[in-house]
Amino acid sequence: MLETAVFVVFALLAVGSALVVVLHRNPVYSTMSLVVTLVAIAALFVMLGAPFIASLQVLIYTGAIVVLFLFVVMLLNIGREEASQRGLPQKVAAGLGSLALLGFLAAAYLRLYGGAAQAPLSEDFVSMRTLALELFTDYLLTFELVGLLLLVAVIAATVLAGKPKDPPEPDGKRPEEVA
Amino acid sequence: MVPVTWYLLLAALLFTIGTAGALTRRNGITIFLSIELMLNSVNLTLVAYSRLLEDQTGQIVVFFVLAVAAAEAAVGLALFIAVYRHRRTIDLNRINLLRW
Amino acid sequence: MIFDLIATSAKLLVFLGVFLGAITPLMVWVERRFSALIQDRPGPNRLGPLGLLQPVADVLKFMFKEDVTPTSADRFLYLLAPVLAVLPALTTFVFIPFGPTVEVAGRQVALVVSGADAGVLLLLAIASLGVYSLVLAGYASNNKYTLLGGIRASAQLISYELAMTLAVVAVLLPVGSFHLGDVVAYQQAHAWNVLLQPLGFFLFLIAMFAETNRLPFDLPEAESELVGGFHTEYSAMRFAAFFMSEYIAMTTLSALAATLYFGGWDLFGYTERIATALAGVVGAEWFWMGAVGMAVLTTKAMAFMLLFVWVRWTFPRFRYDQLMRLGWKVLLPLALANTVLVAILILSGVL
Repeated sequence: MLETAVFVVFALLAVGSALVVVLHRNPVYSTMSLVVTLVAIAALFVMLGAPFIASLQVLIYTGAIVVLFLFVVMLLNIGREEASQRGLPQKVAAGLGSLALLGFLAAAYLRLYGGAAQAPLSEDFVSMRTLALELFTDYLLTFELVGLLLLVAVIAATVLAGKPKDPPEPDGKRPEEVA
Repeated sequence: MVPVTWYLLLAALLFTIGTAGALTRRNGITIFLSIELMLNSVNLTLVAYSRLLEDQTGQIVVFFVLAVAAAEAAVGLALFIAVYRHRRTIDLNRINLLRW
Repeated sequence: MIFDLIATSAKLLVFLGVFLGAITPLMVWVERRFSALIQDRPGPNRLGPLGLLQPVADVLKFMFKEDVTPTSADRFLYLLAPVLAVLPALTTFVFIPFGPTVEVAGRQVALVVSGADAGVLLLLAIASLGVYSLVLAGYASNNKYTLLGGIRASAQLISYELAMTLAVVAVLLPVGSFHLGDVVAYQQAHAWNVLLQPLGFFLFLIAMFAETNRLPFDLPEAESELVGGFHTEYSAMRFAAFFMSEYIAMTTLSALAATLYFGGWDLFGYTERIATALAGVVGAEWFWMGAVGMAVLTTKAMAFMLLFVWVRWTFPRFRYDQLMRLGWKVLLPLALANTVLVAILILSGVL
């Protein structure tokens, strides 16, 4: 009973803030609503028996990624989005397509699993020990590759967002040496 | 006890909202946020399945999805900054030099 | 179920009472008197003996001050930012243990408010949410100086979070668990972590100063730079919220440093002996365990807080580019090297 109430609270919070993310005009408000969505999803992770993933979600996603979003929004001074003059057919098509997707997924889930409840979880499942052991034995290669991917992403981000170097002056001197 | 199906349906709903946002909005940042929402709904689906099948593989995949999302967010935002420097706008309808 | 509820509420009240009710006002007083001592002046000495009622006067002043809100400020975010500052500060201390596992009315009660398996990880996760209050305060005030201050402050926070997390990881490697009670038990069995991992402690100390925006890392909120930094446009109780959240964060991080590196509630095994001896005289054992443990932890945390104040009035502040260079080019490689070193020591059987 309590569990159902907690689930409903966090589910409503997640859906509500997701709608704000998608619908609000001001990108800063969208970003802050995404924070609320992510924290609600982290709470749902805990309810599903994954406390480690929940802490990682809050630590990485809300603690770093969304902060990065916020920085970019503020540094680039991205203002409120003006209402578009046209595009209603596009919006209607997008809405209908999304609803069709939702209908398909819902039908598939309900058909496959029905509404049955699950057995309670063993202590082993919730602990981080088994997760860590599996991660560093079966998935070690993936782990290393993801580390490499992150390194490449850091280099790429630094290069892309860094200050563009001025081209050299015609007489071969670099710009800062000229004046 | 909450049936796991409810979590799956919630994740599907969040995915739908994210898709609708990514298809409809013009502001680049909001589209990016919608994509992050979709990624999160996928994470929720994976953890729900991990619970359903009593297998921790789902959680490990979520771990990697989290890392990949971080890398993608970093590079994507760097791209935004680079594009903004040249075009002075993030409105995706105006960044259309490659459109035929 | 009811017993758990009562136990958790009691522990929470004890912690809140000690931290909010006693330590934070004491810290405000210590800051002003100790800084006066360093600067060879008397400091507040009018209110109460030795000026001990000064924090009360400060709180009253904040409550009655006029609340000025800029007209073109983003109203909702402006009001949200102080709340977002206080929430993580008040939530992170629940993972710090203040005593061993005691027996109350026939049941085992661990003297920590939240017995979550992922203790330290959740603490770091919630602490990382404190960045939002800085950015939002800077942005919502509709003031270019506060925006710069807010962005600088949050960039500083997320940069030093890395070094701090890696130092904590190095502490957790030999312990094998995220729960802080296990860290204290490990230090009881071996030696204090400050002796086993001095480099890690040094890194954590520096990162701690940067995380709480204290000198020498307080450029974002310095009085002589950027007016007041991110909290320029805040007055009265909203400013008090930022101010209090900074002190509570300092207290929590000091308690965390004491638990990770200096043995926490344990005093070379004497805590339990003193508690048992006192319990032989009057009162229950679980009460004295909690009380003595909390006293030891608080004393260690106060030592760190004194260090905070001491450093603040001794060192000049870092320029922003020096600050970022230190965080990324010095502390992060050192923290990585520290982690690898600890791993090597564990594998070779030393730790």
